[in-house]
Amino acid sequence: MSWVKRAPIRFAVILIVAIWSLPTTGLFVSSFRPQSEVATSGWWTVFSHPFEESTWTVSNYSGVLDASGLWRAFGNSVVITLPATVIPITIAALAAYAFAWMRFRGRRTLFAIVILLLVVPIQMTLVPLLRLYTRLDLSGTYVGTWLAHAGFGLPLAVYLLYNYISSLPRELMESARIDGATHWDIFRRLVIPLSTPALASFAIFQFLWVWNDLLVSLVFLGTDGEVATLIARLNELVGSRGEAWHILTAGAFVSMAVPLVVFLSLQRFFVRGMLAGSVKG
Amino acid sequence: MNGNDTRNRVVRFGWALAGLFVVGAAAMVSLRVLTDSDGASRLIAGAYDIIGMDGSADALRDRGMQPVPSVLVILGWALLLGTVGIWIVLWALNSLVDLVPSRWRESVRPYVYLAPAYLLLTLFLLYPLVATIYYSVTEDQGLSNFPDILGDDDVQRALINNLIWLVVATGGSVLLGLVIAQLFDRVKREALAKTFVFLPLALSMVGASVIFRFMYLWRPEGQPQIGVVNALVTGVGKEPIPILQDVPINTFALIAIMVWLQTGFAMVVLSAAIKGVPDELLEAARIDGASELQVFTRIIVPSIRPSIITVSTTIAVAVLKVFDIVFVTTGGKFDTEVIANRMFAEMFKFRNFGRASSIAVLLFLMVLPVMWMNLRNFRRQEAMQ
Repeated sequence: MSWVKRAPIRFAVILIVAIWSLPTTGLFVSSFRPQSEVATSGWWTVFSHPFEESTWTVSNYSGVLDASGLWRAFGNSVVITLPATVIPITIAALAAYAFAWMRFRGRRTLFAIVILLLVVPIQMTLVPLLRLYTRLDLSGTYVGTWLAHAGFGLPLAVYLLYNYISSLPRELMESARIDGATHWDIFRRLVIPLSTPALASFAIFQFLWVWNDLLVSLVFLGTDGEVATLIARLNELVGSRGEAWHILTAGAFVSMAVPLVVFLSLQRFFVRGMLAGSVKG
Repeated sequence: MNGNDTRNRVVRFGWALAGLFVVGAAAMVSLRVLTDSDGASRLIAGAYDIIGMDGSADALRDRGMQPVPSVLVILGWALLLGTVGIWIVLWALNSLVDLVPSRWRESVRPYVYLAPAYLLLTLFLLYPLVATIYYSVTEDQGLSNFPDILGDDDVQRALINNLIWLVVATGGSVLLGLVIAQLFDRVKREALAKTFVFLPLALSMVGASVIFRFMYLWRPEGQPQIGVVNALVTGVGKEPIPILQDVPINTFALIAIMVWLQTGFAMVVLSAAIKGVPDELLEAARIDGASELQVFTRIIVPSIRPSIITVSTTIAVAVLKVFDIVFVTTGGKFDTEVIANRMFAEMFKFRNFGRASSIAVLLFLMVLPVMWMNLRNFRRQEAMQ
């Protein structure tokens, strides 16, 4: 294709990229502007005087982290997200191995249950679980939240890992059996190391899902500062400081930093997981 | 069976029980200790107590810990429990199977491997599913819950809005994803360009809602507009629009947030599908004189139909359950109510658990066709193997 013919396509691509990046850019730029500036002029005006010292500040970040207690919430998000990712992966990998490489009665029916549960809306579980948690005194606990996230993530985990583990070469499994390896040995020494790509894809899904979740954390952890996650605190800031845009933009960016880093560094696995067919309830 | 083997098995049984006990105890301790910000200091004080350093324990309980080390302690504990703990449990379960008489051992093992997963699935999905359906017809007005909520203005509004969301958000994301995938396929820096459209997938809906609330800001006419959209509107000489309050613009403005988030997903999956269309097919069509547009609509789109359907249903399910966006931006005011937000309000604002359950059931009925479709696809796949 000639240059002239390509130009409109290039222009369209650049336009799309610009439109898609504009919202986040606005947030990012504003989070580094002084309060008085953010409230009185559009963020794009910084490009007319980008090198003046009064244009930029980092005090919004120190303000939102210390004064609004986002440090604490940041810690909570980490403490909640990591186990809520590891627990379902481990449990699902073992179940997926059983489905893929063991023969037993009821296998199809049990797997069909996983398929059916893939898209069940979480809203269908909230009332009974809230009651159960109140009775067991699990509301507002980390352990309760890990288990809830683990339960909600399991169908997708079992489904994705089954697809991958069942496609491992049959000869490999059979020769290991002939060499006297038990199922447990095969699972731990062969299946887990070989399934790293699939484990990584699900890990990213679950990590992003738990870190970015609002509903589960509102219901099971509540909004008070002690155990609330970053996202729940950000939501709370929107309610209490809805017009303090210097605070909100910085707070929003703090909540996005970790997922963005994880996402950009592990994009490959994320794409692979998406292409393996992923739907989550 | 020789004596050595028996002894090994008894020893292993002992270890398995000990492992389960340790993890169980650790989980119980976590329940009691790791509930609040003092968790870490209480945990370490407890450890001091056990090794007999009462003085240090009391001192720590009195003054507490700095937030950062405290978070690190909790994090370490949580990770240990979540990673090592879960492995010990699985290993112990497997060892217990080895004690089953050899005649049944291998037929029991698969069920033991599935047990942890099905325990969680039952507790967190299957049981609540049944319970919610039960509550929806027994609590509040019992069986009249359904006629009652269906007659409710807010619920009706929510149902209509969910329908608009379903059509516009799903259609918008898929269509844009398709067009963008096709366009980006033709430039050199495809991967880079895709990253920009793809990036919002990493963001929370709450974060995205904050971003767009900022974009949609409204100031009275004459004042400088600090939101991008109204700056553009006034820039072309029109009056600024209070986007989040104006019906019906507001619902579409919220849908735009969803489209911004989901288009990347559609783009990635459809782009992979487009690259899978055989080149000979496209070349043959071009040689026959088809224009690029015809190649796209007559050859590419029909060949990737299965992918389009998968992407549409996935996005449709996400759209039906939309909650965060509405909750954070308008809270369902100004006629922007949706089903999931309505359910949350019934649950937490009004404490009408029966009504909340019946609204959840409505949502469940909407995704039921997708569940059925997934099951049918699975059956078909199984049959092919």
